[in-house]
Amino acid sequence: MIPLSHYLVVSAVLFAIGTAGVFLRRNLITILLSIEIMLNAVNLSFVAFGRQFGNLDGQIIVFFVMTVAAAEAAVGLAIVIGLYRHRESLNPDAFASLKW
Amino acid sequence: MLALIPLAPLLGFLVNAFLGKRLPKSTAGGLASAAMLAAFGVSVVAVWRLAALPADARAIEQTVYTWIASGDFVLDLTLRLDPLSAVMILVITGIGSLIHIYSTSYMHDEIDSEFARYFSYLNLFAAFMLILVLGANFLVLFVGWEGVGLCSYLLIGFWFRKKSAADAGKKAFVVNRIGDYAFILGTLLIFVRFGTLDFQQLAAAIATMPAETAAFGVISIATLLLFIGATGKSAQIPLYVWLPDAMEGPTPVSALIHAATMVTAGVYMIGRNAVLFSHAPATMLIVAMIGVVTALVAGTIGLVQNDIKRVLAYSTVSQLGYMFLAMGMGAFGAGIFHLYTHAFFKALLFLGSGAVIHALHGEQDIRNMGGLKRYLPVTYWTFLIGSLAIAGVPGLAGFFSKDEILFETFAAGHWIFWTMGVVTSLLTATYMFRLVFLTFHGERRHDAPAPEHPEEESHAAPPHAAPPHPAPPHGGHLHDAPPAMAMALIVLALGSVLAGYVGVPHALGGENRLATWLAPSFQPPSAAAVEVFEGEAEAVGEEEHAALEVTLMIVSSAIALLGIGLAAFIWLKRRDIADSMSRQFAGVHRLLLNKYYVDEIYDATVVKPIVMASREGLWRGFDVRVVDGAVNGTGTLVTAGSSMLRRLQTGSVLTYAGSMFVGVVVILGYYLWR
Repeated sequence: MIPLSHYLVVSAVLFAIGTAGVFLRRNLITILLSIEIMLNAVNLSFVAFGRQFGNLDGQIIVFFVMTVAAAEAAVGLAIVIGLYRHRESLNPDAFASLKW
Repeated sequence: MLALIPLAPLLGFLVNAFLGKRLPKSTAGGLASAAMLAAFGVSVVAVWRLAALPADARAIEQTVYTWIASGDFVLDLTLRLDPLSAVMILVITGIGSLIHIYSTSYMHDEIDSEFARYFSYLNLFAAFMLILVLGANFLVLFVGWEGVGLCSYLLIGFWFRKKSAADAGKKAFVVNRIGDYAFILGTLLIFVRFGTLDFQQLAAAIATMPAETAAFGVISIATLLLFIGATGKSAQIPLYVWLPDAMEGPTPVSALIHAATMVTAGVYMIGRNAVLFSHAPATMLIVAMIGVVTALVAGTIGLVQNDIKRVLAYSTVSQLGYMFLAMGMGAFGAGIFHLYTHAFFKALLFLGSGAVIHALHGEQDIRNMGGLKRYLPVTYWTFLIGSLAIAGVPGLAGFFSKDEILFETFAAGHWIFWTMGVVTSLLTATYMFRLVFLTFHGERRHDAPAPEHPEEESHAAPPHAAPPHPAPPHGGHLHDAPPAMAMALIVLALGSVLAGYVGVPHALGGENRLATWLAPSFQPPSAAAVEVFEGEAEAVGEEEHAALEVTLMIVSSAIALLGIGLAAFIWLKRRDIADSMSRQFAGVHRLLLNKYYVDEIYDATVVKPIVMASREGLWRGFDVRVVDGAVNGTGTLVTAGSSMLRRLQTGSVLTYAGSMFVGVVVILGYYLWR
């Protein structure tokens, strides 16, 4: 049996990759994808914990997270399309006009 | 029932103040007069009931409501009618009614709304004055005290479009504030020392204490502060300067407020606290000294003034000085007696001067008068009676009261004060008859009201009133007082003759009923507490003084007649003497004409430094630098701070997300590794 720590390490690595993607990439679609990776990293740790402690709560939470993630992807992509129509760009630095 | 007395004029005030603009003159004036007459009626009934009580229990009290209740301290809005208040309310409502009636005619040239405004002020004044004299404790008295000050200000500045009137109003208000400040300090000192503000409780508390003879203690300081308040209200040195200027107001106002009633508030206040004051001999001496010096100084100024109302104003200051002399001598009854007779003849004189001014369409300079006797018979005869009464001619009101004061002064052994008083009485007779002779006798020196002299007409036009119809309604000839004015003059003239007979001294076979009536007001309320109290009742009872009193009366009557004769000789027969004398003593004459330069001295020593300190110190120093600096500094600080902080708001989503991430990591790290 693969010990819990392995899952957690993979989850942490995935989360770090996602986070780095959010901060370093200059494309809104890629950033959304990175957020999905972060979410799934968390899902992985939930499932791992659920399995470890013989408890279904972790798996149930994952379903919720996936539902929310789907909704988020839909809304997020819609916003991205709106922004693109507005500025002809997918670079987040183009959308800094809210500052002071 | 007592509350009705001030309530009636107060209602009159409310109606005239809020509806007056829409009321015709007859309604507005009639309503105000009716309110005063109603107050007079209620006062008479109240005094009647008071007189029915036994002499040692003469007081009617009514608590309107509890004003302040804080722990042990309870202060009621209480009205109390005692013999002293009884005299005051009768004088105020009686003479007040006459002056209201007189005013309906005198102020007839004003437009409707101004007319109503005038009467609303007059009624408000009467209401406050009645509260002042009916108040049973210092705070209620103070309400009235400030209220009459306000009404005085409003009425002096009634013609506020004229700068001098507005200035005079402000001057009166400011000068009175100085006195009132001392007054309230005195009140507080009394409260701190005795724990009560009720006059009767205070008198009872103080009656058991010894008089402060050696040391200048708390009572002396408190009474002195109260007296400074009285010098403001009652126009005594050093705060008398506002009263002569107050003559800018309409003449009936001068008669009511600045001669008959309000200015006597200070005298009344000392009478009300007779027990307190008689425990402070040092203050009493100061009161007497200020009184007699004021009487003399004002008398000398009155001798050379040329404005008919100013002469009367200085005469008022001078007579008030007499009253304070009496108060300072402990002759409270004599002081109140003079207050009461003075109210009659001084109101009469002012109203008479008003009739003259009315007839001459605003002319106030007696050098432009003369020979009016023929045209204004009613005014002349009543004015003459008033002058005789104030001069102290035997048989008229002023004689009894003034002689009582002089006698009490002499009997108390202050012969210096007595001499000054007698000299003042000579001056009084002289300046009053100078006024009479210059105004009514001799030949006409002024023909202005005749419309055929337009250039003189414009000169004679009242500087203030700007009557809506510049052409006099009676063509060229002068008209005597119209019925409403004549009625008031005649009633007051009767009063000036008869008022003195309530206080005929024992020496002349009278009983001095007024002194007996007033005596309980000047003594501590409980009979057990009566100790060595050198008051009226005691001095009057001494029969061995009778011969002395008669002698003194003869002396002062002779002095009065001498003064009249002197005036007759100088201003009736030999005008040239007056002129040559004023040339010979040009310095003195100028000094008197300029009222000893007191206004100029006050201006240089008080007004200018205060203006200077306010402008340079408070305005340019404190306000501009400190206050504005603080306000502007706050603004600058916020701007500077935010111009740095706003750099944090880049607008870049990634930066925000980054800072959020760092924040989450830091918080989680804290909870994990703490």
